[in-house]
Parts: sequence; C-alpha cells; structure tokens
Amino acid sequence: MFSTLMLAAMLAQSGKPVSAEEIRAIDLTVFPNGSGLPRGKGTAVRGAALYKEKCAECHNEKGEGREQQYPRLVGGIGSLATAEPVKTVGSYWPHATTVFDYIRRAMPYETPRSLSADEVYSITAVLLYWNGIIGENDELNEKTLPRVKMPNREGFVPDSRPHQKTKR
Amino acid sequence: MSIRERRRWLALAASFAVSACSRKPGTNEGAAKPASTLTMRPYGERSPYEKVQRDARESTKSVGVGSSRTPLHELEGTITPSALHFERHHAGVPVIDPAAHSLVIHGLVRKALRFSLAELKRLPSVSRLHFIECSGNGGGELAGSAGADASRSHGLLSNSEWTGVRLKILLEAAGPEAGAKWMIAEGADACRMARSIPLTKALDDALIAYGQNGEALRPEQGYPLRLLLPGWEGNASIKWLHRLHIAAEPAMGNQETAHYTDLHPTGKASIFTFEMEANSVITRPSGSQKLAGPGAYEITGLAWSGRGKVARVEVSLDGGESWQAASLDEPVLAKAATRFRYAFKWSGAPTVIASRCIDETGYVQPAREEIIAARGPNSTYHYNGIKRWMIKQDGSVTHV
Repeated sequence: MFSTLMLAAMLAQSGKPVSAEEIRAIDLTVFPNGSGLPRGKGTAVRGAALYKEKCAECHNEKGEGREQQYPRLVGGIGSLATAEPVKTVGSYWPHATTVFDYIRRAMPYETPRSLSADEVYSITAVLLYWNGIIGENDELNEKTLPRVKMPNREGFVPDSRPHQKTKR
Repeated sequence: MSIRERRRWLALAASFAVSACSRKPGTNEGAAKPASTLTMRPYGERSPYEKVQRDARESTKSVGVGSSRTPLHELEGTITPSALHFERHHAGVPVIDPAAHSLVIHGLVRKALRFSLAELKRLPSVSRLHFIECSGNGGGELAGSAGADASRSHGLLSNSEWTGVRLKILLEAAGPEAGAKWMIAEGADACRMARSIPLTKALDDALIAYGQNGEALRPEQGYPLRLLLPGWEGNASIKWLHRLHIAAEPAMGNQETAHYTDLHPTGKASIFTFEMEANSVITRPSGSQKLAGPGAYEITGLAWSGRGKVARVEVSLDGGESWQAASLDEPVLAKAATRFRYAFKWSGAPTVIASRCIDETGYVQPAREEIIAARGPNSTYHYNGIKRWMIKQDGSVTHV
C-alpha cells in the first residue's frame, strides 16, 4: 500500500506542466456549443469543388456512399422509424459540429488533418446543403456552425437498459 | 504424497522415459537427442503443430480498416493469448516510439499535465483480469445470420491481464475543476479516434494500461498506452491513448453518435450505452466441431458480465426448455471471463445445447426474441442473446 504522502511525492516528480500553446497545437475536440472550433469560413459552393477532389473517390459523387465500407453521407431523413433505417450525416447525426470535428480529425482517410479550417467548413457546408439543411450560399463559420439545427437533434435518449427483468 | 504413491509415479515416469527413448533416433519424436540446437529461443514460439489463428477481415480499399476475431472455440481457460486478442481498427495500427509518446491531461483541470511513459511506470500500478468486448459482438446473430462457429458468433471478446496506473490517481493530480463531468479520450492513430467518457467511470475503475499478459501491450492493442474501462464496450477503451480532455459536456463525436448508438423501432436511439450485459457461449462442443460418437463429454464455455461477477451459468440440453447449473472455474472475477463446465452424456440423437449467464445483479441473459422485443432488429450493438448449437446425428455441430 502507498500512503497518501508517498503518492503525492511520486506524483510531484512525474507529470510535467503543459503550456496553453502546446495544448492548442494538439487539441482537436469540437463541442456541440462550438467550443474548439477554429476561425474560418466556407460555403457549399466552394465545398462542392473540394468534395469532388478530396472525398468523391470513396463517398461517391454526392455522398451516396460506395459498397458497405464507404458510408453514405446524404439522405435517409425520416427513415429512422421505418423497417429500413438509413443512417447518414443528414438523417442521424445530432450536431453539425460533429461533421466538422470528424472531417478535421480523420479525413481524407489517406491524409487526415491535411485540410485547412476553411476547407473543412466548406466540405461541412456542402454535406449539409446536399441534405437540405442549409442553403448553397450560407456561410459556415465558428459562430454559425453550432447554430445549425440538425434534423435528428432530438433523436437520442439515455441508456435505458437493462431491458430484461432480473428473475432472481 | 506418500512414499508408495511417489514410487508409483517414479515407476510411471521411468517407463515413459524408456518408451520415449525407444523411438526413432534423430527425429523430433524422441526425447533422446535434440533435433536442433536452436532450442533456447530468446522469444518463444508455439509448437509448429499448433495452427490456431484469428479470423481476420480487412476492408479492401481502406488499408488498416477491419477486424479480426478471437478463435474462442479453439482456446482453453480464460486468458486470451495476446497474439489472438481480437482487433478492431478504424485507421490502421500506428507505430509509436514509446520514448516519444506521452499522455496529456487538460481542459477543466487546475493543472494541465503531461506524463511520459517512464513517469507513468514510476507510479503505483495494478494488474487486473478483464475482458474487452466490442459492442458489435453478436451483431450478426441479431441480424439473423448466426455465426457458424464461436469465433464468428462471439469472437469480438477477449480476456487479458492488464497492468497500468489507476486513472483516478492521474486525474486527482491534475485536479478536475467544479463542473467537470466528462473526459474526452483520444488516441494517436491516424483518425485520432476519440470517445467521451463520464468522469464517474474515469474515477472509478479505469486504468491507463501499458501491460498485457505480462509484457507490453501489443501494437494492435494500443502500444504503448491504452485506456481500459472494465466492463464497457471495447470502442470506449481508446488505444494509443495520448490525450484526455476534461470537460463539462460530452463532445458528441462521430464514434458516439453516428456509431455505437442503439436505434430503436421508434426512431430514437440510445446513446452512451457503455455497459456490456451478461453473456455466454459454449465453446466446446460448438460450431465446426464434431463429436466422435455417443458417450460422455464435457460441455465448456465462457461467461462474462460488464456489471460484475458471473453468479451462475446454466446449460440446456433441450434447446432452452430446461436449464441445469454448470460449475465455474475459480477464481470468478468481476468484469472478467469465467470458464464454465458441465458433464453430459450424448445419446447420439440430435441435441440443441445452449448456455445462459446470470450475473451478480440477478440479470439473466435473454433469448434473441426478448432483445428484439425490447429494442427491435436494427439496434446493431450490445447483442447478448442466448447462443444455441445443434449436435447432429453424425456428431457434427452447427449453428441453429
């Protein structure tokens, strides 16, 4: 067993302070309230050209997806309560900030984190535009993106398990 | 051991040695002479006769995306050999120099801190046995395409001894501020995979693990550092861990909204469904195996629960009509795989065998129909239905 004092002493000699600058360089988290979004802007018009260049090879011409491994990004709105739900950015994702966060951290698959903030805003914009959520010329930036209301914003509920009664 | 017993053993051993020496000289069969001088291997390998492998599937175009499954039906005991631990990667396996790797804790904390691997290893550590199960395990069973063997039905489950530092110690050093309720854990893989975890779990039994089954983590398991959240869906135990962002709210990232949410027939989906509920599978006899003929056999398998210890495992020999208690190998540990055994005599008639796990909370593993009644056929994740195997008249075992 370690005494509290011993543990405090051990912690004091490990764990170095990190500067705000170092954190900014690695922090990729974007929250639904927009915290973490970088300055920048983009529209669907610019995003369409970027999408063609950076995304279409896998996700198809207008976000239709390809095979099972390249997810569909567009459509399916209103399908979730049917026998064949189609989960896409438009139909399922509850927050527009998630689109920005995910593209910035993980896409394009072969060259993640290679896009500028303006490019990520633009590609986010074209996906939301193709899903009928924003207009073609609506500007997305760090202020407007968190205000976008996604169709499935209210679609998630907390874990309600266990669903089966305990028998003994 | 009495002197008489010891003599008997010595005699037995001597007769074995004689028979071993009488085999053909110069081959591997006899113990008379080593066939090779390369017997002292710095890092051991299994016998060349042992061929058990994972069932690995990689997506064709995005290299590094895929999964491999633990061959549960070909393993013994409860520990999964590290080389056979199931894998699920979303953007490949990074090659990380441990000397260049560190863990940063920042956000709603009094003091943002960076821990090198060497610094972490100087802190008090613990070793614990825990399973990791992908919440997609059994997804095929839910969808109605039952796995032909226990690897394909339940192979996204593995059980290891993990060694690491309790996350609670590190978080208390950083000092969460008032209002801190979540922790966004991020990996250093190409896609910077991240999950939002309630701080209550982080302060409860979460580990920052660097050891697996007595050695360093395998690269596919997050070398040099991973988060380990006992009993929770595997996806949340972020591998290649390099950043913990303490926050008031969850990030609602791609992995916790677009994926790993359980869609109900109402169109609403359950989110943050972390716990893996009680589950079990018979691994012998199971799909793809064959009984030699009527007679006595041992039914054995694995049971586990993300809510604690396995309290009881029951086996059915009539497709789930009646149930009998199986024996459990000791020790039975919380949030760890437990081996169960049950002796039975096979008459030679077609027989449907099944197992169900009851955990210490009293929860009884349900039938597939009960799960579909509760959350529909499109819930994808967290399937834990009773698995049945059919022993056919010729002794071959298939899925039902």
